[in-house]
Amino acid sequence: MNHRRSSPEPLLWMLFSSGGMVAALMVPILLFLFGIAFPVGLLSAPSHAHLYAVLHNPLTRLVLFGLCALALFHWAHRFRYTLYDGLQLKRYAVPIVVLCYGGAVVGCVIAAGLLLTV
Amino acid sequence: MATEITLEVARYRPGVDSEPVMQSYQVPLREHWAILDGLTYVKDHLDGTLSFRWSCRMGICGSCGMTVNGEPQLSCATFLTDYAPGPIRVEPLHNFPVVRDLVVDIDDFMTKLPKVKPWVVREVQSPVEEGEYLQTPEELDEYQQFSMCINCMLCYSACPVYSLEPDFLGPAAIALAQRYNLDSRDEGADERRDVLSSPEGVWACTFVGECSAVCPKGVDPAGAIQRYKLTAATQSIKELLMPRISRRLNSRSQG
Repeated sequence: MNHRRSSPEPLLWMLFSSGGMVAALMVPILLFLFGIAFPVGLLSAPSHAHLYAVLHNPLTRLVLFGLCALALFHWAHRFRYTLYDGLQLKRYAVPIVVLCYGGAVVGCVIAAGLLLTV
Repeated sequence: MATEITLEVARYRPGVDSEPVMQSYQVPLREHWAILDGLTYVKDHLDGTLSFRWSCRMGICGSCGMTVNGEPQLSCATFLTDYAPGPIRVEPLHNFPVVRDLVVDIDDFMTKLPKVKPWVVREVQSPVEEGEYLQTPEELDEYQQFSMCINCMLCYSACPVYSLEPDFLGPAAIALAQRYNLDSRDEGADERRDVLSSPEGVWACTFVGECSAVCPKGVDPAGAIQRYKLTAATQSIKELLMPRISRRLNSRSQG
């Protein structure tokens, strides 16, 4: 016996929460390395050829794609509720859902395209 | 230091006032006086018609929750001197219908609370002769903070989701459900699941966190809700991926 209404909310929340965690763990490291440490010379920057090789490793691509995709779904979920509650726009739920999660899907496709073509 | 402080108190007398009006009272500013002592002074000496709820005066009963200068507070645990030189604005708790003056109607919570079965559920009750259900200190730590809730409604008053979605089960009810879900003696988690994992349950919460910020007993309802979200999400994804296995497990655990 199961009266539970099936809803995509648990899955969307999983994407949201894992996106938040992954972004919080990885983005500061990437920002520190590529935004501060390499440009100001705190650490010696890797050569272009080295980075290029690292980026062509399928594992790097997978990790970077995971980071982009999960962070985008984190944004989508948070932004959806910001529009619902913060701006009181819940009556436009359908277009908001399409905009937020659709936007995340589009972002994932772009991220995959970029990662595969570099 | 001034010897008096002004209390601006929200008055609503059904049949007299069409909407709440503010009324000012001068009360003695004494070092050990809480807002509640100020209100009691008003009732005893200035205006016997002022209505407010209180009982224990020591942060145990949860009756005297009010909005003090815009923040939900226990009026027995909030001191006049902290707001000197005043004035101090005292209003009923937000997000609840006002019965009279500072008295609010909390029937909505009283209807929601039993839905989460906030008691130890056992499939088979062992006879008393078999002794107590034993528990280790670690097992006690799992749920103890949630058992400190005094149903004072400050968390409901602070919750912006509850003010937008009155159907939301709410912080205290979910924290109390977790108080039993996390108790090693309890076997009722499956029975609580339908209510907790409904759209009006944990999924309505957007993790603003004000409930935990205002709790006078150090309970962390926001944490309880996020923790249950993980439990509920893991279970539904398991059911999605392995429908047959989880159905079998479910029917077994629900007897």
